[in-house]
Amino acid sequence: MKFGVLQFPGSCDEVDALNAARRVGDAELIWHGDRDLKGANAIVVPGGFSYGDYLRAGAIARFSPAMESVIAFARDGGLVLGICNGFQVLCEAQLLPGALLVNANLRFTSRQVQLEVLSAGGSFTRACALDERLSIPAKHSWGRYHADPETLAAMDGCGQIVLRYAPGENFNGSLHGIAGVCNQAGNVFGMMPHPEHAVDELIGGSSDGLKIFQSMRMTVEGVAV
Amino acid sequence: MAETSTDTPTVDDALALGLTRAEYKLVCQKQAGAPNQVELAMYSLLWSEHCAYKHSKKLLRTLPTEGPHVVMGPGENAGAVDVGGGLVCAFKVESHNHPSAVEPFQGAATGVGGILRDIFAIGARPIAVLDSLRFGEPGRARTPDPAAPGDPAALGDPGSRGTRSRYLLDGAVSGIGHYGNSIGVPTVGGEVYFEAPYESNCLVNAMALGLAQRERLVRSAAAGPGNVVILFGASTGRDGIGGASVLASAELGADDDESKRPTVQVGDPFEEKKLMECSLELLDRGLIVSLQDLGAAGLTSSASEMASKGEVGIDLDVANVPLREADMEPFEIMVSESQERMLCVVEPANVDAVLAICEKWEVGGAAIGTVTDSGRMRIRRDGALVGDMPVTALVDDCPLYDIAPSKPAEPIYPAPEPTAGVSSTSTPQETLLALLSSPNLSSRRALFEQYDSIVQSRTVRRPEQADAAVLALPDGSALAVSIDCNGRRVAADPYTGTVEAVLECAANLACVGAEPLGTTNNLNFGNPEKPHIAWQLSESVRGLGEACRALAAPIVGGNVSLYNEGATGPIYPTPVIGMVGRLPDVHRAGRIGFQRAGEQIALVGPFKPSLAASELAKLLGDALPDGLPAIDIHAVRAAQAVVRDAVCAGVLSSAHDIAEGGLAVAIAECCLAGGLGAEIELEEGFWETLQPAGAAAGVTPGPGFSSPATTALFGECPGGFVVSGAGEALQVLQAQAAGANVAMRVLGRVGEDVLNVVEAGAVAGTMITVSLPELADAHASLGELFP
Repeated sequence: MKFGVLQFPGSCDEVDALNAARRVGDAELIWHGDRDLKGANAIVVPGGFSYGDYLRAGAIARFSPAMESVIAFARDGGLVLGICNGFQVLCEAQLLPGALLVNANLRFTSRQVQLEVLSAGGSFTRACALDERLSIPAKHSWGRYHADPETLAAMDGCGQIVLRYAPGENFNGSLHGIAGVCNQAGNVFGMMPHPEHAVDELIGGSSDGLKIFQSMRMTVEGVAV
Repeated sequence: MAETSTDTPTVDDALALGLTRAEYKLVCQKQAGAPNQVELAMYSLLWSEHCAYKHSKKLLRTLPTEGPHVVMGPGENAGAVDVGGGLVCAFKVESHNHPSAVEPFQGAATGVGGILRDIFAIGARPIAVLDSLRFGEPGRARTPDPAAPGDPAALGDPGSRGTRSRYLLDGAVSGIGHYGNSIGVPTVGGEVYFEAPYESNCLVNAMALGLAQRERLVRSAAAGPGNVVILFGASTGRDGIGGASVLASAELGADDDESKRPTVQVGDPFEEKKLMECSLELLDRGLIVSLQDLGAAGLTSSASEMASKGEVGIDLDVANVPLREADMEPFEIMVSESQERMLCVVEPANVDAVLAICEKWEVGGAAIGTVTDSGRMRIRRDGALVGDMPVTALVDDCPLYDIAPSKPAEPIYPAPEPTAGVSSTSTPQETLLALLSSPNLSSRRALFEQYDSIVQSRTVRRPEQADAAVLALPDGSALAVSIDCNGRRVAADPYTGTVEAVLECAANLACVGAEPLGTTNNLNFGNPEKPHIAWQLSESVRGLGEACRALAAPIVGGNVSLYNEGATGPIYPTPVIGMVGRLPDVHRAGRIGFQRAGEQIALVGPFKPSLAASELAKLLGDALPDGLPAIDIHAVRAAQAVVRDAVCAGVLSSAHDIAEGGLAVAIAECCLAGGLGAEIELEEGFWETLQPAGAAAGVTPGPGFSSPATTALFGECPGGFVVSGAGEALQVLQAQAAGANVAMRVLGRVGEDVLNVVEAGAVAGTMITVSLPELADAHASLGELFP
């Protein structure tokens, strides 16, 4: 099992994601200018401020050569996890529905949040139980999830709403408290909170985020739920 | 002599640029004639207070700078201490006060950018930022209290009070977050105080830490005549021209917000992120001889200082500098303070490889000059000489001035405005809640939640979890870092107040189990040419040296910011102290919060509180006392060692040092951080045993301070700690404290959800009984100002 972690100019959490992935498998950085995904079984698009988030968060990164390969990889059913800025990139690349808007409080906000798993057993939540609570830090300015009502209804029907902020935890004002969504096929997943920063009790305040990476490994290796 | 296309500037031009007549005369001597425009611009910057430290250098020479852990001391871009495992920690604090007063967002952002460049300029990867901020009273929009005669809200428009301070704080915090968050360096700690003397002159100090392999450190001395000088990073524009001399070395006038805006630089954290990665890769590959960042005074200062340290000369051709505006004059190119630029010296064979790495990171790079053995800075444009100066004259020959300290006969600072709702007749409970909700003591959550404190996965203790930030190291140990200074106490007694600031940092480190390795400082003062400011400065530096010597925590670098005065007078003298330490086992890092109901709570250390210059005295509107009680530094150090050893041994559940607001506030903070109450039972006569030091000779406590209980609960002094742990554990601690001749007494036990303080004995009675939600509400008051 090998994770590939993209690295754009302006990525900040790519080494954290690399080290988190290495707790469950092999992992390697993939430079934004390279099209070769180095044989990775799963891709992580990490957090940070790719290209300074200039123009619009994720808007430039989606056009990078590495993302061209990731888009093809995803279309072929490959597992792709977008975290924070990575989530924004995947929305910009239209691999995921909806968009991330500026936080309701208009400020960058960094906070440990409680998440509810709405869709257990999927490719990214196999290691979680339904309605399980995960404690994971979030830190962003543009994290308010938005999609039009028809899209939301369709997503809800297909189990695409994977993670929701627990009651009282939705600090950014996301629609329906949505914290993480997947595509219809279930192989592309984006979340605003940072699972790579919750893999070690000592530093993350919890190790709940590890379950996302473990789930990905189980999916790649065909482990039954 | 260099040719010049413009008329030779006059002595009046020199005066306008900040040089004195005598200094201009000296420049003419060094140049064997009147300097041309380029030369005068360069001299005026390098001979400014900001670059030459001409009023502070003699004092700074008295500070201790050597110790067993010191790897790099003052004089380089940052200092560095050995942290074991082949690693060094680089760190430094720097001010960006004047730019932040003009434009807080960009001023603070570029302050962070500047201090980060100092860290990676010596080859260390930045791992943390802390900030130290000072503003005027934030006030709050409220209606006057008719029951409180003299309520300040009745004196003017209540909505406008503090508006500017809130604007400055909001902008500065956003700017720090914008830069640090975007570049992927966590902001792990800091402090902010609100005091009227900072109203017209706010302080924005930023500290950064970095990690490097010891053998990877690089110095800034240019070397090797024939080597190539490469400028890389952002292109050069007209931003920040004259910042060093015009902005940083003169008092701010009332109308400066608008008129000086063009001299404040604009930061681009994305550019700096690329520049940082590019610089670190160049060093990884061993491609550069020396490296220096461009800060105040831009190319002028960085090139001249590289040449000076290497005892060489440098020839630069400004035609090779990539520009934002094509028509820039040579002197503008030389003094531009455009951000996100670095200068390096490279062997000719490596130039192509260096430029290729720059291209990889999409960072501009250009060879702009060569190292020579001439000992001169020679500036050309398209080959024509436009400036020619001896390096030693530029860098070393600025005259140093003796300051003329004189203790002021009259108080310099007016008494603070009293705070409504608290008086000398308030009950202990009312007083506690008033203190917890006061701007200086309330929770900083609304501020630190705007910072990414966890990126890079080293942050073991987040803000408000421990007295110091704790960062894990690869070998299982950890770094601890704290930044602190209580300017009001320094104003009351510059020597003792500065000793206290150093002791406070060391106490914070002790509470997480760390021993100090080294210290950095940022001396923020008023105009040193005035005798009373000179007195504050010299007394403060004396205290700084003495405390750092006693703690074996030498100064490895720092910064001086003078002329912090406005129309309403000088700031409180504010020697901001940053201290870095190491603890052996990261898993045993201490924390503030009580952990388990039923565990014992104890007071450790030589705690002899006084209300002189305390937070309570400020709320009551008391004038500053003339002097603070003397401190036994060695007794405080012994108490710190007892606490540190117990934390390191894993004996304690929590440890917190008693600072602003005194014992009661410290206990309340332990309750809030742990989400648990406390049952404090104070034995009869407890107050008297603390031997309040307020009556010490020369120290006049304010009116209404007759109650020993008030002094014991809310008085302040260095040396006290509130710790908690299991009963057996505290018995072990008691034995260790006794062995070290350190006082310790059990105060009570950890409770459930109420803080109770009762006095036992004949006058038994409940002094405080307040629920956790009430405490939390009071503590959250700063957040209300920043919805």
